[in-house]
Amino acid sequence: MSTVLLVAEQAQGALRRSTLSALTAARELARRTGGAVTALVAGHGARGAADELAAHGVDVLLADAPVLERYLAESYAPVVADAVAATGAAWVVVAATACGKDLLPRAAAALGAGVATDVLSLAGDGPEVLLRRPMWAGNVLAEVEITSAVKAISVRPTEFAPAVAAAGVAPGTVTARPVAVAAAALRTRFVELQVAKSDRPDLADARVVVAGGRGTKGDFKAIEALADELGGAVGASRAAVDAGWAPNDWQVGQTGKVVAPDLYVAAGISGAIQHVAGMKGAKVIVAINKDPEAPIFQVADYGLVGDLFQALPELQARIRAAREAR
Amino acid sequence: MKILVTAKRVEDPESRILVKPDGSGIVTDGVNYKLNPFDEIAVEEALRLKEAHGGEVVVVSIGSERAATELRGALAMGADRAVLVRHDGPLDPGGAAALLEQVAAREAPDLVLLGKQAVDDDQNQTGQLLAGRLGWPQATCASKKESLEGEAEQARRPGLLRSADGARLTVAREIDGGLETLELALPAVVTVDLRLNKPRFASLPGIMKAKKKELKELPAASLGVELTPRVVVRRLLPPPVRKGGAKVADVAELFEKLHQQAKVI
Repeated sequence: MSTVLLVAEQAQGALRRSTLSALTAARELARRTGGAVTALVAGHGARGAADELAAHGVDVLLADAPVLERYLAESYAPVVADAVAATGAAWVVVAATACGKDLLPRAAAALGAGVATDVLSLAGDGPEVLLRRPMWAGNVLAEVEITSAVKAISVRPTEFAPAVAAAGVAPGTVTARPVAVAAAALRTRFVELQVAKSDRPDLADARVVVAGGRGTKGDFKAIEALADELGGAVGASRAAVDAGWAPNDWQVGQTGKVVAPDLYVAAGISGAIQHVAGMKGAKVIVAINKDPEAPIFQVADYGLVGDLFQALPELQARIRAAREAR
Repeated sequence: MKILVTAKRVEDPESRILVKPDGSGIVTDGVNYKLNPFDEIAVEEALRLKEAHGGEVVVVSIGSERAATELRGALAMGADRAVLVRHDGPLDPGGAAALLEQVAAREAPDLVLLGKQAVDDDQNQTGQLLAGRLGWPQATCASKKESLEGEAEQARRPGLLRSADGARLTVAREIDGGLETLELALPAVVTVDLRLNKPRFASLPGIMKAKKKELKELPAASLGVELTPRVVVRRLLPPPVRKGGAKVADVAELFEKLHQQAKVI
């Protein structure tokens, strides 16, 4: 039986939500290949995350050591390679987050594994499972097969529903793995983390995203106000980020964040292919743009030709009035 | 400081990309080609590092003789010389990393700079694979804290900061929810993101000079690397079409539709 090794991501002992999406993908892969999922949790003080995963009925390897306090590709890649060796895993699965994308290929280099990144869905059964992934900014879907003995994939968290622990499921085991990484030998040093502070939900997880582009002319007040009214996150087109109107981590698009909220409001965004690739998974898309020919209208469920500075506050007022009337 | 920097030839992201009816590839008629935009940022950063610290910038590409066009473009921007690893036929990121490892072994750079991904196959893995193969420290998605509208950018200062003794490099990188700063002991591999810099345009004298710069072709077969792809593309498909295009007359109608029909607010 082939093992699917899920490499978890955690922060201060709490499992990242994207890992639960990756667990869903790992389980599907195990079903298609006739294998079983084992998880690897690496970090320091990461027992909580290991228990959280075990509660889903998954057996967990826990690599817990001070040297793994901070994620570094250089120190984590050997831990992944060690877990693959220990489990004889044929597949390695991570969520395609900043961390997963950084780590997986480096670990794959040590394993001689072929890597498919940003996997959207799976097809077929047996070792020749096909992996669907986007190319050319999402204009093309490719079905790829990995032919190496160990196969590594990162999966896009928005495409797989987060796993929910079934009631009464027998918890998996948590087994400690020795960590052989020597701190003194590391040639990478963590210096600092500048956190983009926000009271809003994480862009990748938000149920509602209100995004602005060039049409805002740098004024995001109406965008932010509507996002806050709906308890949503704020996004931006690349043009708005490049202009310095919005911080980097607001960027939605193939080269920024890929989002799949219930509602996506694109205000003053023309709808470049690159941007659309990052938001076309939304359930409902609203476009507000002065230009009736803007390509964004082609993907919008509801298009409004008009001035965002008038439309957004009016929409916000109607939402508030409806809520207060309830 | 000697820097090896990648320059991949890709379909122009402004071109319309369509899948051939039999799914064997994309339609290339009418498609323009250019230097991968992320690699262009990598070339710019390499030039700034050279301008600040001296040294040499070597650009490398893998592919057919047509890839020489993009290498000449990088030479016109100011790179010193170019290496074209000649290879026709399929190549996966593992193969590309193996070839780049051999080029790095011959060139012995202090730093390898790559775009974080190429905008054709959007893999985002060659830099990490290369760093893993070389056993060198890595930093992906390099960015900088200063705005692209700021004074440092106007003065074309490098966003990657080399230590005074030349032994280390400080890199700010984009991660989920913020910017992380790492210090790497050189030699190292760094992949670059959009907001590290704004690449320069090649000047006319630059273009003239580029014609005389060295562009060495190296047959892939001469590098002794196994190139059979481990990731095989079986078929290409067009993405599912999203059916949009409906318009609403005013905000009142928009609200009603979202509230009553879509039930998302």
